[in-house]
Amino acid sequence: MAPLLALRDVDARYGPIHALHGITLTVDEGEIVALLGANGAGKTTTLRAISGTVRRSGSLEFAGRSLGRCGPEAVARLGIAHVPEGRGTFSELTVWENLRLGAYIRRGSLDADVARVLEYFPWIEGRRTQQAGTLSGGEQQMLALARAVMQRPRLLLLDEPSLGLAPLVVGEIFRIVKELNSREGATVLLVEQNARISLASSDRAYVLEVGRVAVDGPSAELAANESIRRSYLGY
Amino acid sequence: MTALTRTLVPGFRIRNSWIVPLLIAGACVFLVIGSLQSSLFAQQTVSGLANGGIYASLAVALVLIYRATEVINFAQGGLATVTTYVAWQLIDWGLTYWLAFAATLGIAFVGGMLVELVAIRPVERRGNVLTIVIASIGLLILAEGAVGWIWGAQVKFMPSAFPARVFHVGGVAFSFQDIGTIGVSIAAVFVLWLFFRFTKVGLAMRAAAVRPAAARLVGIRVSWMLSLGWGLAAVLGAVSGLMAAASPSVLLQPSMMDGILIYAFAAAVLGGLESPAGAVVGGLSIGVILNLLPTYVDWVAPALLLPVAFVVMLVVLLVKPSGLFGRTRVRKV
Repeated sequence: MAPLLALRDVDARYGPIHALHGITLTVDEGEIVALLGANGAGKTTTLRAISGTVRRSGSLEFAGRSLGRCGPEAVARLGIAHVPEGRGTFSELTVWENLRLGAYIRRGSLDADVARVLEYFPWIEGRRTQQAGTLSGGEQQMLALARAVMQRPRLLLLDEPSLGLAPLVVGEIFRIVKELNSREGATVLLVEQNARISLASSDRAYVLEVGRVAVDGPSAELAANESIRRSYLGY
Repeated sequence: MTALTRTLVPGFRIRNSWIVPLLIAGACVFLVIGSLQSSLFAQQTVSGLANGGIYASLAVALVLIYRATEVINFAQGGLATVTTYVAWQLIDWGLTYWLAFAATLGIAFVGGMLVELVAIRPVERRGNVLTIVIASIGLLILAEGAVGWIWGAQVKFMPSAFPARVFHVGGVAFSFQDIGTIGVSIAAVFVLWLFFRFTKVGLAMRAAAVRPAAARLVGIRVSWMLSLGWGLAAVLGAVSGLMAAASPSVLLQPSMMDGILIYAFAAAVLGGLESPAGAVVGGLSIGVILNLLPTYVDWVAPALLLPVAFVVMLVVLLVKPSGLFGRTRVRKV
């Protein structure tokens, strides 16, 4: 079976700075794949290349279609939800409006989706009219995740969901991501600094080093391999 | 940071966030008491509110575009002039006033979007805010020139939407003209508010204005939202221009909106540039101030009204640059 997402030799640059040097990776339907690596390794840029928020070249295929010429709006419409670094919450708008925006590209009633989102994030119910910018960091991250769920994506791109959050909140967020995967078959490509928790909650992982894939394999094997852990993951 | 509370009288503290509402409430009480005391005051206040409605709708148009692109759109007055002439032409061809009014709003909407597509988008793609401002000044000059070229520079007569009669309430004569102008301008702004508050497209436009990058990620076509914003701003400008042309104090000529544009700037600055509600309050305040001042202060001649507007702008920018309704943005990093 063809993978849901396949990148082959993808390059990306920010002006003169060459950030990705030929990334090749695949994500199969129903998988959680982690992208690991140090700061500046190109993890975030890889997600940006997929969602079209950075200039890129090479072959990017999603569900049999090329993403090469798609801007971020078109990528979202193909069924990819990108929760960017810093969450991309509309902090000036209310919690409820943030959720509605998640379902922007779809027509029809949102009731079923809202009910589904509230199952995962019951606290949202009582906070609908609150301005999103006044939520705590963890709540904003969960709201961003909830907004992505509203989009009913075929692929969810998560950029550093643990950034700046307390360990308890991080655990909660990863628990929800795993539940989305096991209950609904959500496919997730996850960027993380926290190698330990992301290896524990993913099926496969790619370790990036200066814009290239250095190592890849099943997460359990990477976590068990002491030399990989030492040299790339730092724990 | 200023303190959240300040002490006016020992033992009596008021919060900073109450000052603006208190100020507005005080102004309202002053106007109501004045109007009950003197019929001249009441008439001047109401016709001030009518002028204020005209400034307010143009000011809201400025705010719309400022929020989306952080650009003061100098062309707003020129576009309003063009649409007003379009309405005059339609009426001249035999359409009834309100039919021409509705058609003009439609034309303004499409025209506003086209202007954004043709004149602003190419500049925006490669330029910065200053380039767009310069392009908008160019558009203003172009619009007024085009109006003079097509319709001539001499003054035209615009029929009024409202009967030229007055009605009496408690001994005070109010003109249908003033009441109608207030009604139409406020209704236009209110409908726009409903659109932004309750429709999906309105929500998408707000999202695109505050967070363009995040808006793209949920599938919003941000560039279309900008065009749409220009279209809506042009509609409000058209309302403003039509109401201005109907007022006895404004003549239908290519430069008809120049003064009004300045008052609308003052209104928008007073309201805080980012707040449509602020622009409405600012517009009404400027209208009333500019009407009451020459009535009661001898040395303020009508020729001094434009400087008064500049003084208002200057004072606001010096004392409270965020205006009455502006707030510092909530931003967590």
